Amino acid sequence: MSFDDKKDLKDNTSAAADESKDGKSVLSRRGFIKAAGVVGGAALGSGAITGFPMIWAQNIKNVKLRQFGTGVSNLNAIAEKAKEDLGITLELTALDSDAVAQRVATQPRSFDIADIEYWICKKTFPAGTMQAMDTKRLKNFDKISPLFIDGKLTPDSTIAQGTAPHTVGFVEGKDSTKFAAEPTQWMTLVPTIYNADTLGIRPDLVGRPITNWRDIMDPAFRGKTSILNIPAIGIMDAAMICESMGEIHYADKGNMTREEIDKTIAILMKAKADGQFRAFWKSFDESVNLMSSGEVVIQSMWSPAVAAVRAKGIACKYQPLEEGYRAWGGGIGLAKHLSGLELDAAYEYIDWYLSGWVGAYLNRQGYYSAAPSTSQQYMSADEWGFWIEGKAALGDILSPDGKVMEKAGAVRDGGSYWDRMGAVACWNSVMDENKYMIRKWNEFIAS
Amino acid sequence: MDADAELTGMYSQRVPESDTPPGPARHPHLTRRDTLIRYLTANPSYLQVTPLALVILLFLLFPVLTILIVSFWDYDAYRLIPDLILENYEFLLTSPVTLKAYLKTFFYAATTWAITLVLGFTVAYYLAFHIRSSLLQGMLFVLCTLPFLTSNIIRMISWIPLLGRNGLVNSTLLELKLIDAPIEWLLYSDFAVVLAFVHLYTLFMVVPIFNSMMRIDRNLIEASIDAGASGLQTIFQVVVPLCRSGIAIGSIFVVTLVMGDFITVGIMSGGLSASVGVLIRNEISLLQYPAAAAGAVVLLTTVLIMLGILFRFINIKKEL
Repeated sequence: MSFDDKKDLKDNTSAAADESKDGKSVLSRRGFIKAAGVVGGAALGSGAITGFPMIWAQNIKNVKLRQFGTGVSNLNAIAEKAKEDLGITLELTALDSDAVAQRVATQPRSFDIADIEYWICKKTFPAGTMQAMDTKRLKNFDKISPLFIDGKLTPDSTIAQGTAPHTVGFVEGKDSTKFAAEPTQWMTLVPTIYNADTLGIRPDLVGRPITNWRDIMDPAFRGKTSILNIPAIGIMDAAMICESMGEIHYADKGNMTREEIDKTIAILMKAKADGQFRAFWKSFDESVNLMSSGEVVIQSMWSPAVAAVRAKGIACKYQPLEEGYRAWGGGIGLAKHLSGLELDAAYEYIDWYLSGWVGAYLNRQGYYSAAPSTSQQYMSADEWGFWIEGKAALGDILSPDGKVMEKAGAVRDGGSYWDRMGAVACWNSVMDENKYMIRKWNEFIAS
Repeated sequence: MDADAELTGMYSQRVPESDTPPGPARHPHLTRRDTLIRYLTANPSYLQVTPLALVILLFLLFPVLTILIVSFWDYDAYRLIPDLILENYEFLLTSPVTLKAYLKTFFYAATTWAITLVLGFTVAYYLAFHIRSSLLQGMLFVLCTLPFLTSNIIRMISWIPLLGRNGLVNSTLLELKLIDAPIEWLLYSDFAVVLAFVHLYTLFMVVPIFNSMMRIDRNLIEASIDAGASGLQTIFQVVVPLCRSGIAIGSIFVVTLVMGDFITVGIMSGGLSASVGVLIRNEISLLQYPAAAAGAVVLLTTVLIMLGILFRFINIKKEL
């Protein structure tokens, strides 16, 4: 790719930002141009964009790295591409988030690379089974979204509640396990994948505009709503609902006090007794079935589930809400025991992860890439416009495996990357009162 | 390896004096083995019982003991901490959630038991007494077991499109103008849970009852009719008492299966209600193994007590 191409990209993006007239987008434009400029600059000096004829390429060919993580980003396509580009063999294991957390904390030799969410990192990094990464060894470090560096997508974003990634993204020194208040040279996780979650609705069945989290408690939807029965996430959605109802004001939704938990659960129990909920779902496919069968018209949902309902030809909208999104994010980190060639290979792999191909792959699934600017080069202008800039698709939008996900003319729910990630109200987290919360949650389910 | 240890243990307890060999020339190891072999040839029943004893030891006693031990341990988010605390039990036995879950579980167990008993008895009775040709009898019996060739999760999930708000049942009733609005309680309700249980477990009642019925001497039925008993009297005063062991075995199957279930309750109630099994499962998925172990121990005790009561009324061993 030539330098001219870079320039085109830059022009393209500034034009895109110019299109939006409201203040928010103008602000986000500034941040974006900065990122795009960095890409241009980097393209001069490094071969990062053209491929990987790197110094280690010969040595690391036969290295095998064991990576485990939650299902979302443990994608075989990524392992195959890594083999092709770097020669590294990745052995992927998918586990649920609790099991991942336990493995990281208690079986440090069972993995080389941990693919974990930031709230898991908050719990497990202090256990000392992982090593911090030297950001100077990552060529693509400066392309990581500022969301993961200082928590601000744009210079004057407010920082969301919960375990915001940047708060656990750095430690004070090479061997430290104490999270740093400011970005340092030592990073705990390199972000890989993240998204903003909200309520999914059946626009054909709700019969009125949905604008707030509290709409799920509308008596008009009695017996036609659902929330997810995974305590750690369900309680956050519940908090968004209760705060929107004006019943509770939380100091930090990501770390509630016992009193706040009690009040939240009491509201949920009352709603359940009134028959507000049709069902609770635990797995992705359950939420898809509830929505597509019409059992439920409004519920907490994950973005790929919305896509799955739409793929059946059923209208489903990932409704942006006034109070904002509940966001989550994950990253990959290194096991403490890695050293020598394996460590070099791991660095190489992580740098490759940020270099664009993976990012484009994730963007096409409706998630976000941690280094947006690099992934742009691996996406068509139309794809970039649809997934990231929130523009209407010019042609059909295809999923990574080639299926039509959206027809020409479609616009992404919630709009652009900056509209969605700029409106995060809280991040997934784990509370100090976790044990108490889970007991109360069980009480709610059994009530 | 366990077998050797066990047998050596047995041997050394019974004949301790041969542990010290009389002469220096004899190898002590050989002596022990010789005596052991002699002992076993004299009492072959120990050898015969060894495989089963080992299986029970390894796959039943050992796990149950582990669960019992772990139930006294402490835990935090990511670790099990060996300890001896009563907090797990204290919370479990005083929490209103436990009480609710147990009441719910008993309700499911009792309703399912009653319905499967009536259904199972009727089906078995029909097979045993109304079908005369033993070929047809065999074929119908196989037919009963046919659904069991698919996984029980699939059999359960297939109810969902049938019972849903826009499911087959509701749309048929609406079409026939029998109802004005879809019936909501068909799915994600106690009704749905019990329906699925009955569907899944009726066969466990049919088989043992059918088995008992086939052993009933037909002359007894004739005698009862000759003595002037009505059809119902014959059933309740002759057939039912003679089927007691079959009913008891079927009941054990159904009750224990329902008491320990979590998948059926989870799926068919749409996560809206919690049985004891669901609570234990929740704790396991959150890695709270000690709490889950305490829950399992209490559940096991409850089921054992229930079986104890059952055995007081029916002596299965005698009637088999």
